[in-house]
Amino acid sequence: MLKRAGMTEAATALIELREVTKTYGSGVAAFQALKGVSFAIQAGEFVAVMGPSGSGKSTVMNILGCLDVPTAGEYLFLGEHVETLNRDQRALLRRHYLGFVFQGFNLLARTTALENVELPLLYRGMAVAERHAKARAALDLVGLIGWEHHTPAELSGGQQQRVAIARAIVTNPTLLLADEPTGNLDTERSEEIMALLTGLNREHGITVLMVTHEAQMARHASRTVHFVDGLVHSDTRADEVPA
Amino acid sequence: MMFWNALLLAIREIRRNLMRASLTVLGIVIGVAAVITMVTLGNGATEMITAQVSSLGSNLVIVRPGQRMTPGQPAGWAPAFKEDDVGAILEGVNGVRAVAPVASRGSTVSYMTESVFTPVTGTSPAYQEVGNWKLAEGRFFYDSEQRAGRAVCVLGQTVKKSLFSNTSPLGEKIRFRGISCEVVGVLLSKGQSAMGQDQDDIILLPLKAYQRRVAGRRSRQDVGTLMISVRDDVRTDKVVKDVTALMRERRSLAPNESDNFSVFDTKQIAETLSSTTRILTALLGAVAAVSLLVGGIGIMNIMLVSVTERTREIGTRLAIGALENEVLLQFLVEAVALSSFGGLLGILLALLASAGLAAAMGLPLVLDLQIVLLAFCVSASIGVLFGFVPARRAARLDPIEALRHE
Repeated sequence: MLKRAGMTEAATALIELREVTKTYGSGVAAFQALKGVSFAIQAGEFVAVMGPSGSGKSTVMNILGCLDVPTAGEYLFLGEHVETLNRDQRALLRRHYLGFVFQGFNLLARTTALENVELPLLYRGMAVAERHAKARAALDLVGLIGWEHHTPAELSGGQQQRVAIARAIVTNPTLLLADEPTGNLDTERSEEIMALLTGLNREHGITVLMVTHEAQMARHASRTVHFVDGLVHSDTRADEVPA
Repeated sequence: MMFWNALLLAIREIRRNLMRASLTVLGIVIGVAAVITMVTLGNGATEMITAQVSSLGSNLVIVRPGQRMTPGQPAGWAPAFKEDDVGAILEGVNGVRAVAPVASRGSTVSYMTESVFTPVTGTSPAYQEVGNWKLAEGRFFYDSEQRAGRAVCVLGQTVKKSLFSNTSPLGEKIRFRGISCEVVGVLLSKGQSAMGQDQDDIILLPLKAYQRRVAGRRSRQDVGTLMISVRDDVRTDKVVKDVTALMRERRSLAPNESDNFSVFDTKQIAETLSSTTRILTALLGAVAAVSLLVGGIGIMNIMLVSVTERTREIGTRLAIGALENEVLLQFLVEAVALSSFGGLLGILLALLASAGLAAAMGLPLVLDLQIVLLAFCVSASIGVLFGFVPARRAARLDPIEALRHE
């Protein structure tokens, strides 16, 4: 279905939205969450998506995460038209190219950190030994070696989010989507998580797209896209803005 | 691969909630245990009855005066048989191995200070073959003793125990109806008959001696029952027919008169009795099967609750890239694993319960592996049947909604 070939063409952006609209409901009750959004993300970027609630940033996140499809417009992922894919094709795309980090961590309860991290590999049909090794490596990367056999209830919020990040990166995804990853954490833990994401972006070349409403967190990104009223309000790169 | 993953996930899920899983499958456990136990006990009862009936002697045809087949109907008077009917049947009916005349009368039997009331039976040595009796000690009385009408007797185990307890009665003299009779043999125990009679409560002596000294004056020549043993290669219903025809002729019955005697064979009795218990077994099994169904509904209920409770988890799985079918399979396998687990527990419980109950009720333990296998398969398919709706609900969840679920 999906060809990796697209990646080799330097000119092609990793993902690209073209005049994307999204309407919920119909008739008089219809609500247009996105009113024609276009922007592209290149491989290796760390993009923060900001905006007040109702600005459409969650909707754009769902579409970029292939969880939802646009009402109109095009969404190209590595050159592939996502808006034409069915539910299972999008699931496979998520499985092979995307990693998700949620505000509420969404770890499986009463399940060890190692088993949680293994989960995406399980869906890839990986053998036990390889699965364990990769999950351990991912936990190592987020600094949780020694905590493999702890369940979420035995971990702090910051540690839980680290496990969630390990689960998101264990498949070596092309794009990491983080939805308010620090929303449930205090400032200190938030900074740790941001440092982790920044490190993954810089040292491991993982493209990160993060939705946040905290300017403090967005500062870690190399680029900030501002949404207002279902439209891109501003799109600034960190180096363009004098500190 | 996909299946093994689903199985692994399902087992992890059950392990996460072991307590709830156990409670969920309780219905299945009880259902499976009930079905297997009922059928096992029913089979035990059937087998015991069959064994008891065949202990009367296999291929046995019994001829009695009067028509006693219909309950509630007075027997009416009918002439008894005579001793020469025995020879007539042996000569006139094909396929007969042996014929024993049986005449019986209740008497008080005493030895030293012990006494007991028991049926005293006059018969011929053919009785041993016809009734399939084995001797515990001593011998049966001989033809010569029968012809001479000697006062010798053979005791059943019950009589022997009441009169002699543990000592050997051989050579001792017991007394009844004013005669003194030498014990020459003791029969091996047969236990209860299919009708609940104690077959070992018996004293046998030569018919001649019985007629001369035990029977009342009026019934001196009478023989109450004829017991006919049929050769294995001959159909008993044919013998029944021939005996009926012969007896009608010997009793000079006109074609328009109905039989004043009845002929039945033990095979027929055994079949009637065991088909009755089989029907009862099936009935009990069916009732138990309903509880299995109720157990299935219990599983569906818990699975539905579980899907709602785990909505966020399902959302996470879908976001991670689980396909609709994989989520469906996971929940389906979970339901099947639960119900099979319940089935296994049920089988275990059934084994214990059947063994215990069979021992308590004095029934043989007849474990039907087919029923065990069937109960297990049914419990597993109940998982598929009642797991499907919750599994489909889980698989069709919208990942965005599911992730937002509180």
